[in-house]
Amino acid sequence: MAAEMRFAKSHEWVRPEPSGLATVGVSAYAVEALTDLVFMQLPAVGRRVKAGESFGEIESVKAVSDLYSPVSGEIVEVNAALPNALETLGKDPYNAGWIIRIRPDDPKELDTLLDQSAYDALLKSQPH
Amino acid sequence: MLLQTPLCGWHESHGGRMVDFAGWKMPVQYASIVDEHLATRRAAGLFDVSHMGRLAVHGPAASAWLESLLTRRVAGIEPGRVRYTLITSDAADTGVAVLDDALVSRDVDAADGTPRLALVVNASNREKVVAWLRTQLPPTGVTLVDRTSDTAMIAVQGPVAIDIVCQLCDPLEAAQIRQLGNYRATTATVAGQPAAVSRTGYTGEDGVELVVAAAAAVPVWEAIHAAGAPAGLLACGLGARDTLRLEAGMPLYGHELRADSDPFAIGLDLAVNLDGRSFPGSGRFVALRDHPAGRVRVGLAFDSKRSAREGHSVWRGDREVGVVTSGSFSPTLQRSVAMAMVDRDVAAAGTALDVLIRDTRQAATVAPLPFYCRPTKTPALQS
Repeated sequence: MAAEMRFAKSHEWVRPEPSGLATVGVSAYAVEALTDLVFMQLPAVGRRVKAGESFGEIESVKAVSDLYSPVSGEIVEVNAALPNALETLGKDPYNAGWIIRIRPDDPKELDTLLDQSAYDALLKSQPH
Repeated sequence: MLLQTPLCGWHESHGGRMVDFAGWKMPVQYASIVDEHLATRRAAGLFDVSHMGRLAVHGPAASAWLESLLTRRVAGIEPGRVRYTLITSDAADTGVAVLDDALVSRDVDAADGTPRLALVVNASNREKVVAWLRTQLPPTGVTLVDRTSDTAMIAVQGPVAIDIVCQLCDPLEAAQIRQLGNYRATTATVAGQPAAVSRTGYTGEDGVELVVAAAAAVPVWEAIHAAGAPAGLLACGLGARDTLRLEAGMPLYGHELRADSDPFAIGLDLAVNLDGRSFPGSGRFVALRDHPAGRVRVGLAFDSKRSAREGHSVWRGDREVGVVTSGSFSPTLQRSVAMAMVDRDVAAAGTALDVLIRDTRQAATVAPLPFYCRPTKTPALQS
């Protein structure tokens, strides 16, 4: 896993790409906690989102959850194959299970998010 | 402080995700709701339903008294027969109300052998029902005992459920269980423990529900789990129980069935016997039967996997025509289904409706209930 990957407290991950874009997905912990995923709503390409704003939703048999953007910017790409292959989120949440790519307004915004060790510490403090 | 069933420790040590359900600490799932659901449809599911209220009514006046309080006849119930009924009240402060739906049977108490009437009520309504029944007790002749905490209730459901349970009984009792009709009950020794065995359930599958002493719950559960595992039995949580009953089109109190419900509009005609009878609210029910009005319960089928949930509004064009009472992805049908209360003029099967799911209209079609019907193998005796 890339060392520079960052996490939001709401369990999305974001990874800066060499191209300057930022790839966004949801953590393995979140996928495991949700289980039985059946539906995902992706945003339209070109939409602008603010950090902390919902850009889509993911639904399990029991409940629906918002997907929150970890950074502000323009959504430039979505993983259109994912909603029909949600098992990918469980198998490979950090690569093939990516959800959207954002052109961040401010690349430094990623530094305000949790790094891997801070995220791991957050998970340890969660009830299981 | 949440109540715990005798199986709570087992659930926790086997990965059960424990939640508060009606004041009880219960597993919503172990690993996957979909896997547990499909195991029940294809092989068998094992459910701890000990949170359901189990009430015993004893005494010389027990039959006549209960007969006066339920929407179905009790006095005529033969031993070994189980009936689905409603419990109504007409208390001055609340008016006529459906307090609960329940199973009532005549049997002998598994613990001490006394003849009795047994009621199984919803966990969420147990205290309310017990309190109401106590206010109605005559001075003598009837004893009402809440047996919920000193017994446990285990459901084994699915096409091989009977085979699994019968492996744990002697051949004579196994034969009796195999011959039980739907909504019939007997007693047997299951895995060495005395058990009340009824051919009932809440999944749309064949199977049994067992009531055993609280101390027998873990050994009986573990014996069934071990005997069923090779055939594909899985322990199931309340999540799968809910998706299974939704596919089977069964109403759930608090969702399809509520205090102010018209039982005929929900399709519970068979739960109400008004012939020459008087029970709390029977006058209102006669009026509802003779003058149908208001919304009726329907099934809704979606092409999408996106789920309608309780409270979502139902639309026909620009007109709001109903509300969703339960909805979920259906693991058997691999798309979403729901139950809803809708205006009568849009209730015909095939009617195209929309459900407003979080700002988006999702197309739905009125579908006959149940969504899922198992191939019939057991004798079709009327409940």
